[in-house]
Amino acid sequence: MLQEESDLSLIIAQIVQKLKGSNLYSQLERQAWASLQRPEIKLESLKEDIKEFFKISGWEKKLQNAVYSELSVFPLPSHPAAPPEHLKEPLVYMRKAQGSWEKRILKSLNSMCTELSIPLARKRPVGEQKELLNKWNEMGTDEPDLSLFRPVYAPKDFLEVLINLRNPNYENGDSLSFRTHLGLIQIPLKVKDIPELKECFVELGLNTGQLGIDDSTQVPPELFENEHVRIGQKVLAEQDSAAAQQYIRQGSPTALRAELWALILNISSEPEDVLYYEQLKTNVIQHDLLVDSLIYKDVKLTASNDDYYFVFEDYLYQVLLCFSRDTSVLSHFAYNSASPPKSYIRGKLGLEEYAVFYPPNGVIPFHGFSMYVAPLCFLYHEPSKLYQIFREMYVRFFFRLHSISSHPSGIVSLCLLFETLLQTYLPQLFYHLREIGAQPLRISFKWMVRAFSGYLATDQLLLLWDRILGYNSLEILAVLAAAVFAFRAVNLMEVTSLAAAEAVLADLSTLKVMPLLQIFLFATVT
Amino acid sequence: MRSGHSCSVGPGPAPAAWRGTGGLESAALPSPAQPPPPPPPADPQPGREMVVEPPPPPLQAPPTLSVMWPPRLWSRRGAGQSPSVPGPRPAGQRQLVGAAWGRHSGETGRGRTFIAKDSLLFGVCLEPNKWNQNYKGHGLSKGKERKIIGPEQTFIALSCREQRAPIRFKTTQLNTLMDVLRHRPGWVEVKDEGEWDFYWCDLSWLRENSDHTYMDEHVRISHFRNHYELTRKNYMVKNLKRFRKQLEREAGKLEAAKCDFFPKTFELPSEYHLFVEEFRKNPGITWIMKPVARSQGKGIFLFRRLKDIMDWRKDTRNSDDQKDDITVENYVAQRYIENPYLIGGRKFDLRVYVLVMSYIPLRAWLYRDGFARFSNTRFTLNSIDDQYVHLTNVAVQKTSPDYHPKKGSKWMLQRFRQYLASKHGPQAVETLFRDMDNIFIKSLQSVQKVIISDKHCFELYGYDILIDQDLKPWLLEVNASPSLTASSQEDYELKTCLLEDTLHVVDMEARLTGREKRVGGFDLMWNDGPVSREDGPPDLSGMGNFVTNTHLGCVNDRKKQLRQLFCSLQVQKKASS
Repeated sequence: MLQEESDLSLIIAQIVQKLKGSNLYSQLERQAWASLQRPEIKLESLKEDIKEFFKISGWEKKLQNAVYSELSVFPLPSHPAAPPEHLKEPLVYMRKAQGSWEKRILKSLNSMCTELSIPLARKRPVGEQKELLNKWNEMGTDEPDLSLFRPVYAPKDFLEVLINLRNPNYENGDSLSFRTHLGLIQIPLKVKDIPELKECFVELGLNTGQLGIDDSTQVPPELFENEHVRIGQKVLAEQDSAAAQQYIRQGSPTALRAELWALILNISSEPEDVLYYEQLKTNVIQHDLLVDSLIYKDVKLTASNDDYYFVFEDYLYQVLLCFSRDTSVLSHFAYNSASPPKSYIRGKLGLEEYAVFYPPNGVIPFHGFSMYVAPLCFLYHEPSKLYQIFREMYVRFFFRLHSISSHPSGIVSLCLLFETLLQTYLPQLFYHLREIGAQPLRISFKWMVRAFSGYLATDQLLLLWDRILGYNSLEILAVLAAAVFAFRAVNLMEVTSLAAAEAVLADLSTLKVMPLLQIFLFATVT
Repeated sequence: MRSGHSCSVGPGPAPAAWRGTGGLESAALPSPAQPPPPPPPADPQPGREMVVEPPPPPLQAPPTLSVMWPPRLWSRRGAGQSPSVPGPRPAGQRQLVGAAWGRHSGETGRGRTFIAKDSLLFGVCLEPNKWNQNYKGHGLSKGKERKIIGPEQTFIALSCREQRAPIRFKTTQLNTLMDVLRHRPGWVEVKDEGEWDFYWCDLSWLRENSDHTYMDEHVRISHFRNHYELTRKNYMVKNLKRFRKQLEREAGKLEAAKCDFFPKTFELPSEYHLFVEEFRKNPGITWIMKPVARSQGKGIFLFRRLKDIMDWRKDTRNSDDQKDDITVENYVAQRYIENPYLIGGRKFDLRVYVLVMSYIPLRAWLYRDGFARFSNTRFTLNSIDDQYVHLTNVAVQKTSPDYHPKKGSKWMLQRFRQYLASKHGPQAVETLFRDMDNIFIKSLQSVQKVIISDKHCFELYGYDILIDQDLKPWLLEVNASPSLTASSQEDYELKTCLLEDTLHVVDMEARLTGREKRVGGFDLMWNDGPVSREDGPPDLSGMGNFVTNTHLGCVNDRKKQLRQLFCSLQVQKKASS
């Protein structure tokens, strides 16, 4: 009890600290001052009156949403005496693994730099700046020669790293024993089993109405859809993040999704935000970074070739180039096991005072990175708003998909969850695939790293991401990956090679995610 | 019928149909020693099926043509995946044939023989590599052809006693149309001067022969004699203008305003002076010049100054002097829509398919699928000379310097509709699509009295619609022979399904009752009056809650619908006989 109280006060102190520097804080202060002019504010009951005023004018809601947003982004503080790196990642061997992985990435980036003799960053000449500004809205028409560039790494490479992770405190020797994991991930982490998942995803149950199931053409809209849409409008009218998050667990109506997501992520496009985006844009125009070429290459390789997303090519550059310049992204490294890479001004290698983060946001894009943005283009066409939504999605969720950590939403846990689910509920299939050298994770890893973007049809993907936002967790990705295997189990049982298994699972665009998830979680006899 | 069928195929009870399909398949395969199809994959949750509608089993071959787009083979996404896995494929394919049958009989709960035969009537499964040959060369050797068609024919001849002689078809097109016609059970191809029952003719043949060709009662051809009243830009505008005037006289301004869905247009050279007058009245706006009789975006250019068009006139005259056998080509000058709706900064237009079965009375069907074609370059009014920006015709885009055939440049209408709904809400989308229905109806009505009605004729039109930023649709033009060449796997599927359903509606087999409101992907949009979505007679008194029977850009569950439709037709027929 005492422990809980002190925890709570710790959290409160942390949030107050965070919000004090925010824009909202100064706005609230200004509003409070302005309210003094009002007749209903009395000196004798000043505090109560101002509180009442905040409530009526809707500012209280905004404060509530801000607090809620902080709560869902930041991990709960552990022991007050715990050092800050525990906030990043409590397990030492994980931190070490992430550290050496970063070193490898940097080395690869540096060697590309030297090979091509291109600087990490340079200021653009004025002429070039003008040219870029002119074609800001049509950057996709540019076809620079990028044949020499290669993505720094692909999900495949990352998977190899995860496979080689070992917990030094968990000695199981080289020989096979009953403790050896049959899957690729060899470290023990606590992951949920189906009963726990059922409890966690209770709103996906068979008795709850779901968009993605109960809005199909066969079901009359009076049964569920109409009422659900009506509630959604009410939630939006209330402007309550927490309610929106609860609501979206049953799926978001297409027309309300953009607003609901913005509400959950606590994004309101204020003039300052637009200005901030414009600043980033100026930054892009003035400076040329090596990562820009990597971004170009990635977009050309992935989104431009996609049947759904090719239309949004220009938006992707507008978002991703600005993202690489955004230093506010750095703050997420407080709770991300990764650390931003540093680079030094020429000739000052190793001198801390000449160190800068590179790229400025600390995130090195990998093959497929742009697919995190692409589906969002379906919802937002204002570049600044699109940008904000993406940044928030990244610092809340997507960073976990490519950094090594023990967090339940981290990619390592997702992999382990996926493998455990398959082993437990489809042991024959798992064994068969393993025997023919087609470890299931080798196929499903790329789906999870990209949060299924580019694999599912857009409408299905958005229904899936609804649930990510609704549950503030990425675990659903692992469940879906396992459900896909279960769904195609019969065909998979007949394949005899990895390539054949991959072929069976090559096209996921016809899948309907919600029925799959529901069947796997709630209708499988266990 | 049922008994006749099972007797002929074999004495075995239910598995007879199975063997029947297997036989059909292996007959089509080069080597007869094929393993029997493995059992159909079990649904993970058969019990839940009716409630949640789980997706169909993976890799399920559609009961109609199962096809693969050759360049992509198996993986839909190019990057990072093995492009083709020849080994396990055919196995999967065959298995799916089994799966399709299995599900089929399970769902209806009737005798397998009956249903399997029924499915066969509207489609066969092919293996992908056969389709490849077909697509590339269109040169199936005679022997092979007989192999494919042979078993089907006998099958049908045995199973349907009242079935007439095979339907003899003829066509000059060598694209998806040929694939569909060749694989339609009971249809045989006629070459050269042979007699035909069904002719998908091209427009040049029509010009030369339609006036002096005698046609039997049951014969059908794919064009109306003077379709150009609708499909040539100048005639279309003329007819629409006249129809508008007539409506204004008969029904008032409000009704006439419903015809304002085409930009201001003048015919050149005949209306040159009117055009110049209009041009002077609105300085600064952009005009687009289109040759009336050419298609696929040829000869189109934009201009803003009158001088441009004078120069152009001079140029064309000069060239005419040199080759004086060419008469002056007719052009239309059309006000250019300067605020098109953009997606991702790109301009696009919509291609929608409308099937007209007769003009008097007007009977028109609207297809659920269609696509949005995107321009590859970005839209801006500054680069007026760059025609790639402005024209979205695939034919023009193909010559664009950065055209990349692998990169898609199309969105299916469903995706487009979904996109709009997420941006503007379902209400706005509903209104837009209603407005588009209005375009189809009004444009057809405008030529209803001019087009020579002929019960032998039907026509499949490709409508080109542009949408502006106020979500108002504009009619660009109507094509009498929309491209049936496929640019991708998705496109191939769309076009084969479209053509199959067209043939279902044309109904050479005489299976329909004529009261259907939906056949596959086609919804009856107009039947001498608006068609209500509800069953029963149309309620025209209270126009308020009249819901028209159109589902453009909605889910196209045509296979299921066709199955149900033909099953119930069979039942009716049996009951009446």
